[in-house]
Amino acid sequence: MSYLYSKKTLVILGFVILLIMPFVLAPFNLNLLGRFLAYAILALGIGVLWGYAGILSLGHGIFFGFGAYAMAMYLTLQSGGIPDFMGWNGITELPWFWAIFSNPIVAIVLAIAVPMLFAGILGFFTFRNRITGVYFTILTQALVIVVTTLIISQQQYTGGTNGITGFDTIFGYSLNSVATQQMIYWTTVVFLGLVFLICYKLVNSRFGKVLIAIRDGENRTRFLGYNTSIYQVIVYSFSAGVAGLAGMLFVLQVGIITPSMMGIVPSIEMVLWVAIGGRGTLIGPVIGALLTNGASTWFSQTYPDAWLFFIGLVFVLVVVFMPKGIMGIISTIQARRRAKKYGKGRKEEAKLYNSSSI
Amino acid sequence: MKKYKWGIALFSTVFILSACAAGDEAADTGFGEASAGEDELSDSEENSEEVVVDEDSIPVGLLHSLSGTMAISETSVRDAVMLAIDEINEDGGVLGKEIVPIVEDGASDEPVFSERASKLLQQDDVTAIFGTWTSASRQAVKPVVEEHNGLLFYPVQYEGMESSPNIFYNGAAPNQQIVPAVEWLFDNVGDSFFLLGSDYVFPRTANQIIQAQLDDLGGEVVREEYTPMGHTDYNTIISHIRDTDPDVIFNTLNGDSNVAFFNQLADAGITSDDVTVLSVSVAEEEIRGIGAEVLEGHLASWNYYQTTDTPENETFVSNFKEAYGENRVTGDPIEAAYFMVYLWAQAVEEAGSTETDAVREAAAGITFDAPNGPVEIDGDNQHVYKTVRIGEVQSDGQFEEVWNSGEPVKPDPFLENYDWAEAIQ
Repeated sequence: MSYLYSKKTLVILGFVILLIMPFVLAPFNLNLLGRFLAYAILALGIGVLWGYAGILSLGHGIFFGFGAYAMAMYLTLQSGGIPDFMGWNGITELPWFWAIFSNPIVAIVLAIAVPMLFAGILGFFTFRNRITGVYFTILTQALVIVVTTLIISQQQYTGGTNGITGFDTIFGYSLNSVATQQMIYWTTVVFLGLVFLICYKLVNSRFGKVLIAIRDGENRTRFLGYNTSIYQVIVYSFSAGVAGLAGMLFVLQVGIITPSMMGIVPSIEMVLWVAIGGRGTLIGPVIGALLTNGASTWFSQTYPDAWLFFIGLVFVLVVVFMPKGIMGIISTIQARRRAKKYGKGRKEEAKLYNSSSI
Repeated sequence: MKKYKWGIALFSTVFILSACAAGDEAADTGFGEASAGEDELSDSEENSEEVVVDEDSIPVGLLHSLSGTMAISETSVRDAVMLAIDEINEDGGVLGKEIVPIVEDGASDEPVFSERASKLLQQDDVTAIFGTWTSASRQAVKPVVEEHNGLLFYPVQYEGMESSPNIFYNGAAPNQQIVPAVEWLFDNVGDSFFLLGSDYVFPRTANQIIQAQLDDLGGEVVREEYTPMGHTDYNTIISHIRDTDPDVIFNTLNGDSNVAFFNQLADAGITSDDVTVLSVSVAEEEIRGIGAEVLEGHLASWNYYQTTDTPENETFVSNFKEAYGENRVTGDPIEAAYFMVYLWAQAVEEAGSTETDAVREAAAGITFDAPNGPVEIDGDNQHVYKTVRIGEVQSDGQFEEVWNSGEPVKPDPFLENYDWAEAIQ
């Protein structure tokens, strides 16, 4: 069968393996894998935005953070009463923008809708004014500083640098029980699958082709009659929504959210996962997120004193020697195999073929 | 193409190192999902091999940032815990068993702290964790120790307003550092205060307390300023200081910002004769970074200085230097990290087991002659009775004590015994 077919089977097989992981892994390791999968969802959103539409956002931490905070607020309110940090910061009554999060449906909807809306508005003003490329990237960084500073300074409403933590229950179930964590893990896997599917449909649709066209030549695409800014706004907003979803799933498994988890450094790390996995693919970001985080955890547990050197080395090597990430390597190997099979002449064609879709 | 060949070769070398066989396989098949899973499996094997825990030993967790922004402070604290463990082991251990430390890196990152705490409690079966520094990292560990009923021993002064049955707080509560300092400054230096802090929870909460206390005393806050963590330009703030001409600057800046602030203050020609700066996050270790010459004459409030005059401290300082080098200094959090291991060990001896509930019960009222003087665990809030000391920086980078509370002060994390603190409780 065709190569594409086999890649699809591999993806499906991958998800099946993820689904049976709760029966294989100890609760602690399952929880780790679960949070990496939440990162993978986030990486998928960034992968579509950067890899397909060519928009580099170094500010996805705030969308991720908003989703996480929305879920954290719901979880805190479920434990009853007003949060303790409000108490000792002199706030005695729950402010309205907290109170609305006591409803789980509202919290979940807002966790996705607010990042989408915010990104939509921001994207509308920037892309319509043709602020793209590095200027847009700088803008997203500035935004991260603004948002984290705001959260830290509004300690009485946000918990400041300590963030929000100490959750007990979700929908009435104990959040920390093994069964609940397994359910959350499965939910994460299912959402990863859904997001993957949506991204797959998106990038392989006509819409996706236009995104790639914008990435490779924005002016040309505009001259062809496409309103490129609308496409950019939509994909930016989509990617922000995915980040919000990932944030929600993340906080359920980690149990804490602080401003430092959505700041400049994490926002850059998120992009690194995509770079390591491979731009312009969908499997790449997922692999990148899992492998990078898995390796960081393993390194730092094994060599607590020296692990950052290893990680730094890996980053440098990947950027210098593997500009297309892990998926780029795989494509190259496969292209070479094809070339061997069909002769030199088809090598370039084979590479082209591989660069599409997943 | 040659470039790629090199890339592949290097990549696989590094990842064989890193993710064992799993990483290699991932590169071949595109299966990151499966490989991450295997990664985790190999984790547990790896760790059980590394640390030999048998019937004759008691594993404990050491959870500090060994990398990231907090590493510079937290590695010294880790060293102090290790020193105490070594000393106890040399004396025959606890319950006749050897204490085996399992070191984890919190990486100055809260999710990592919570993840490593659950690893220590679930996989390594420790019952006590010594660790964390920032309030955010303590709060990240708190739900984990509560869920698994473990114990966290926390070595740093903090903003109070907390009391978890699973945490022993060995640093000062606000009433053992901030409140007495404000009182002393008001009585001995002046009544107009300039509040300067890094923008995070401890300074903001400390300043709320100071504001309320000064309202009650009849003092005045002339200005309250916060700068982001790592901020290094204090010229605007220094001109505010000139304009408002306070008697006291109450400094809750953290880390690098102190280096910038004190040097720029000295450059502006403002010395300790013009205005007294009292810091609550500047200890001996920080003085080495800032420079004793610009700090000379300024004050700090702590429970312990390297110069604190007790026989226990003499031994502690010389042992610490012997273990880690003549040029190393001790300091308040380092000392707290040291004595908290002894408090834990005594509680375990008393309880006859390391089981959390038994240790907690036995810990109430336990006393120890720490380098800072006698300390005692308060059974109600699990904080520690400690002596409060105000010290003045000398030209050699050490403190000279100018005042102390005379006896250990009862910890009051919620400031329940202060009427003026009602709005904060």
